[in-house]
Amino acid sequence: MHPVDITEKNNYQRSFYVEGGNFTYAGIVSTSIKSILKKMDLPVDLVRKSAIVSYESEINIVSYAKKGVIKLTIDSRTIQIEAIDEGPGIPDIELAMQAGYSTADQRIREMGFGAGMGLSNIKRYADVFDLTSEVGKGTYLKMIINRI
Amino acid sequence: MDIETIVKELNLKVRAAGTNLRKNISGGYTGDLLSDVMANSQEGDIWITRQVHQNIVAVASLKDHAGIIIVNSCEPAKDTIEKAAQENIPVMVSDLSAFELTGKIYNLLGKKDR
Ligand SMILES: Nc1ncnc2c1ncn2[C@@H]1O[C@H](COP(=O)(O)OP(=O)(O)OP(=O)(O)O)[C@@H](O)[C@H]1O
Ligand SMILES: [Mg+2]
Repeated sequence: MHPVDITEKNNYQRSFYVEGGNFTYAGIVSTSIKSILKKMDLPVDLVRKSAIVSYESEINIVSYAKKGVIKLTIDSRTIQIEAIDEGPGIPDIELAMQAGYSTADQRIREMGFGAGMGLSNIKRYADVFDLTSEVGKGTYLKMIINRI
Repeated sequence: MDIETIVKELNLKVRAAGTNLRKNISGGYTGDLLSDVMANSQEGDIWITRQVHQNIVAVASLKDHAGIIIVNSCEPAKDTIEKAAQENIPVMVSDLSAFELTGKIYNLLGKKDR
């Protein structure tokens, strides 16, 4: 990982590639994001929230999509995390948002995923939660954590 | 209370030690659903689970857990041990069930405060 300069904490952008279906590296992007935010010395509660929302969105890309990108953008007011994927999309967003609703298959459930809580967790911990999706194309999720 | 004390008291088998077992345990969380643990556990918790897949290491690292104890004598996967060593997350195995182990650790943590 390239070194992070603490002065970048008001102006930083980075994109991470996420491969669908590959659970070997699942969590590596959110781990990098957390470590960048920590190096920038951002408040611990903001680092914690960012870790949760980036992890859940990363796992959803790995679990359901072909591939995706997670974009981290930091400015003086916000930490913005966007999860953009190419995949099946979400036919009924309201249903997908319901705690407990999951289409995870057996393989995914055996690893401890598929409780149907990921999106609800993101909504709970992000100050802005914006989910849009096109069936057959992919899903776009914007999450913002306010710094002030 | 540190991990080493709990390892001794409860006869845990250490599978990955991290740099030391002196990490302090401030509380605990028991669960097998990763998104539940992600949302509801706290920093400094000892995480009690029966998941053995390497994804548990990322969760423990993101949540700054003190360590992971796998119950019912289940062994962590080889990848889990390697990753835990890299991420400096202690991983232990207990032959107790999640219920019994949680109760014992709860009592041990409670004693220290009295
Ligand atoms: N990026 C995505 N692409 C396609 N479908 C998705 C995507 N993210 C979520 N979904 C759908 O929404 C459902 C609910 O997602 P959510 O993250 O809340 O729970 P889960 O992934 O099923 O389980 P958990 O996150 O608790 O492990 C998923 O089961 C899946 O059907
Ligand atoms: Mg999910």
